[in-house]
Amino acid sequence: MAKLHFSLVAPERELFSADVDQVDAPGTEGDFGVLPNHAPFMTTLREGRVTVRDGASVKLFDIQGGFADVGPEGFTILAEHAVEVVS
Amino acid sequence: MASLKEMRNRISSVKATQKITKAMQMVAAAKLRRSQDAAEAARPYARRLASVIANLATGVSGDGAPALLAGTGRDDRHLVVVAAADRGLAGGFTSSIVRAARAHIDGLIAQGKDVKIVCVGKKVTAQLRRPYGERVVDNFDLSAYRQLTLSVAQPIADVVTKLYEAGDIDVVTLFYSRFKSVVQQIPTALQLIPAVVEGGEPASGPAAVYEYEPSEEAILETLLPRNLTVQILSALLDNMAGFYASQMTAMDNATRNAGDMIKRYTLEYNRSRQAQITKELIEIISGAEAV
Repeated sequence: MAKLHFSLVAPERELFSADVDQVDAPGTEGDFGVLPNHAPFMTTLREGRVTVRDGASVKLFDIQGGFADVGPEGFTILAEHAVEVVS
Repeated sequence: MASLKEMRNRISSVKATQKITKAMQMVAAAKLRRSQDAAEAARPYARRLASVIANLATGVSGDGAPALLAGTGRDDRHLVVVAAADRGLAGGFTSSIVRAARAHIDGLIAQGKDVKIVCVGKKVTAQLRRPYGERVVDNFDLSAYRQLTLSVAQPIADVVTKLYEAGDIDVVTLFYSRFKSVVQQIPTALQLIPAVVEGGEPASGPAAVYEYEPSEEAILETLLPRNLTVQILSALLDNMAGFYASQMTAMDNATRNAGDMIKRYTLEYNRSRQAQITKELIEIISGAEAV
């Protein structure tokens, strides 16, 4: 099954970069989920939580504003500030 | 000819200096590693942001383009941001940036343009205040920050945007030292406003039709100020790495020079000690013969 290449980049460093199944992110005009082969899409993000699902594993990140870019080569979030939530 | 005691003192003082320069060199080397990693780690963000903006900018053109991208359409009033070090003892690090900036500033003044200057770093302020006086509109001291983050670059970007939005300036150029390698830092001028859009490679195949939420212009409007901050931050990070690299080299040279000096003094000291012993022997022998 096709995978989605997702990377989460903060100004200081790259927090996450791998192939995953699904990513949910908080857009300024509503939360959205991205699956593999999503149509090209760009939006700004508000403060909230990004959920990264790959198989059974789930990773959570808290971000503070930023920008999302879904393109043919994958999904990139440029977050102003981001931390991984350790559950 | 200095007395033996004076020479001994001089040797021990040079030795003490050498210990300090050696320690500084090692500290700089350790910090260089860290700041190089930081500069490296910040690159993906800056690169992606730039490519996204390049992508967006080709779509948004003409009258709808935000002012940060389009500029004011004039070229009369310049703001020059000069960023270098807060501390010295790093060879010609700050001087080389300041020299490049001064050449640029003098050129602009000669063309009859209005130039304002913002200094980042204590040493820069000291070097530019004198020749340019009231042209220096603001200065920053970064020595208090242990780590360079966006919150350090933000106030600098704020000053720039405020001046720009007030309509006081047309073009903004940033001077910093690009970190090419440990032995090579290149003083570089980077135009911040109007934003320079990299001539991105033409999209392969049919250009992807993007959906924007909210509009293209609104996204660009929020991204451009952030890009400004990020560009300043990555310049500061490059500067930091360059500073430590150049401090390391400078201190390495100083340590080597101190070593040479110690060698020379020790040789001279031993020679005059030997000469004195010989002299004393001659005196004793001739004294004994006279009896």
